Amino acid sequence: MTRPSIDSRTQIVERLRAANGSAALDREGLAQAYDALPRQYIRQGKLSPSAKIDLLIERLREYDADVVESTPEMLPATIGSRLAASRRKTFVVPSGAPSAWRIAGFDWKIDAGLDIKAIEDTDGVVTGASYAIADSGTIVLHHTAEEGRRVLTLLPDWHLCILRTSQVVETLPEYFASLKEPPQLVTWISGPSATADIEMTRIKGVHGPRLLNVILVCE
Amino acid sequence: MSPGYHPVLDPTLAPPFTEAALPVLRNPQLRKNVAHAIDVIQAKRNKLVTEKTDWQELRAAASAIRAHTLENLAAYIEMFESRCTAAGGSVYWASDAAEARRIILEILRKENASEVIKIKSMTSAEIQLNPFLEASGVSVFETDLAEIILQLGEDEPSHIVVPALHVNRSQVREIFARRMGRPELTDDPRALTAAARDYLRKKFLSVPTAISGANFLIAETGGVAIVESEGNGRMCLTLPGTMITVAGIEKLLPRFQDLEVMLQVLARSATGERMNPYTSLWTGVTPGDGPQSFHVVLLDNQRSTILAKRVERQTLKCIRCAACMNSCPVYRQTGGHAYGSIYPGPIGAILTPQLMQMHHAQSLPYASSLCGECYEVCPVKINIPEVLLELRSQVVNQERRDMSRFVDPMYVGLRIADLLFSRAWLFHAAQRLGRIGARFFTRKDGWIHSLPSVGAKWTQTRDLRGLPDETFHEWWDSRRAKRSGEAG
Repeated sequence: MTRPSIDSRTQIVERLRAANGSAALDREGLAQAYDALPRQYIRQGKLSPSAKIDLLIERLREYDADVVESTPEMLPATIGSRLAASRRKTFVVPSGAPSAWRIAGFDWKIDAGLDIKAIEDTDGVVTGASYAIADSGTIVLHHTAEEGRRVLTLLPDWHLCILRTSQVVETLPEYFASLKEPPQLVTWISGPSATADIEMTRIKGVHGPRLLNVILVCE
Repeated sequence: MSPGYHPVLDPTLAPPFTEAALPVLRNPQLRKNVAHAIDVIQAKRNKLVTEKTDWQELRAAASAIRAHTLENLAAYIEMFESRCTAAGGSVYWASDAAEARRIILEILRKENASEVIKIKSMTSAEIQLNPFLEASGVSVFETDLAEIILQLGEDEPSHIVVPALHVNRSQVREIFARRMGRPELTDDPRALTAAARDYLRKKFLSVPTAISGANFLIAETGGVAIVESEGNGRMCLTLPGTMITVAGIEKLLPRFQDLEVMLQVLARSATGERMNPYTSLWTGVTPGDGPQSFHVVLLDNQRSTILAKRVERQTLKCIRCAACMNSCPVYRQTGGHAYGSIYPGPIGAILTPQLMQMHHAQSLPYASSLCGECYEVCPVKINIPEVLLELRSQVVNQERRDMSRFVDPMYVGLRIADLLFSRAWLFHAAQRLGRIGARFFTRKDGWIHSLPSVGAKWTQTRDLRGLPDETFHEWWDSRRAKRSGEAG
């Protein structure tokens, strides 16, 4: 009755091969069949650079994210005003975050292996991002040194994400096309944590950050 | 739910659909809850699908990617296994539900885990994992809000995306007040959600082992993707030291890039959003980030059998978006519990009997009006009506072989009909007899409202038009006779 797992592996793979009959392809045939799949959907956006940014802002705001625009020179001042507006005190940044983000007048922690409790005890987190997708209002984290490990943008209740306009693409396929190779870790964030499990009423902030803030740095 | 009534979602034990639907049809509150939820999701879904000018092209691509994956499943699953293993994951293979449960328990025993936190997973429900783990001494904590409502309320899921859509806010309040010891809670969804957040926070920060399903397995990279809204998934994927993912072998995608199609169609179809709040993708183990012990259990459980069948194999293209149940006129009336399976609605009506090897759930292929709306909305173009008809024919063949069905009134009737329809003189004689007989039951309005004995099975739920005084043949003959008379 109890079969070791290795037997199940052989059996399952054999059953899958038998189910597909003689149609099994070699590596090259498989790649050719894959390349022949129909892809007539929109892959390249048509908006002007400024219209693309406007669309991103509109979509982020539809998710109740707080979005402001800034410039490289004004960035520290903009960060300072967002932090002040949050009425929060203690913030954490990833290890690779520029020191200019750590505005004086607030308590800062740098995540060089902080324990979970220390992250949980902060009021907010400030990170960068890898991409943003205007069409769906999505922020993409590849969890680089400037974006931090995954738990960093999860436990704090308030997230400030700093995006450069050069990181914004219009469509999801443009994001995939721009990658040189598939990333190991990705978090696609489209608005703050939410649920509609009770009578389809949308409630913001279940377990992830309740408040998502974005600064768009125009280059 | 009505007091004393508990839905049965084990297809080997559940009553037939028409019987299981009755408690729901007699419960106006439940029907109202279901209809409200469905109307909200469908309105959002329709708006966002209409907005997408390339929707049909996305559907065509999604369908082709899923079909191509299934045609080459052995190659892709072996690719996934080697890439996932190379990235630090451990891959296990389970032929059936019992083997999957045993593998998961062995991993938990090795890790000395007495508690697990769980991300909502249909596959884990399919293998009835929670009751098994509880019986083996492992405490299971569901973390999706809807799953908490069901777990604490000792209820069963009625939908694959919004499992507690049959429960309204005052019922949730009652469950949370009682089970969380929070009598002060109001029925404001905001307050109820906050209560769930507080209840789970401690668990997230303390339980070292998590179990998840998977939305997609990426063959090219060995990565696993999970699509969610609340952040409970991210908590489970990030905080524990050990993660066990259980996934059907059909969940594969060839390449990472295929997500550009799947993520666009999935969120719109499932919840009517341009994109769900959180989608996570991870590949094996990442030092310093998330679980350092990662296990994937690949589950067959009849999928390879379904794959071998020409018409039925398309069932495996499903990405579990639930658009078919949201659009189904039958589901809208009965809700999910009537299907006697954790997979309700049109996809459940074709998937469940096949998972049961057609030994159980034979009433489900009939739980449909064949209106075709499920096919219309399906983002991967599963022709559900086609599969329903195929399964119906299998059920009929089973019944014909079953000698106890020989005296079944329907089959007796069909054999008589077979005899009558194959001989014109018998058919005409039967028509004349039927016309005389029907007169006793036809009311003044020209309808038959009730028939005795076997005929009552029909008239219980619908009226029957009385037979006309003249058949078409008779009318035709008399017309010809008249004409030739005139011509002469």
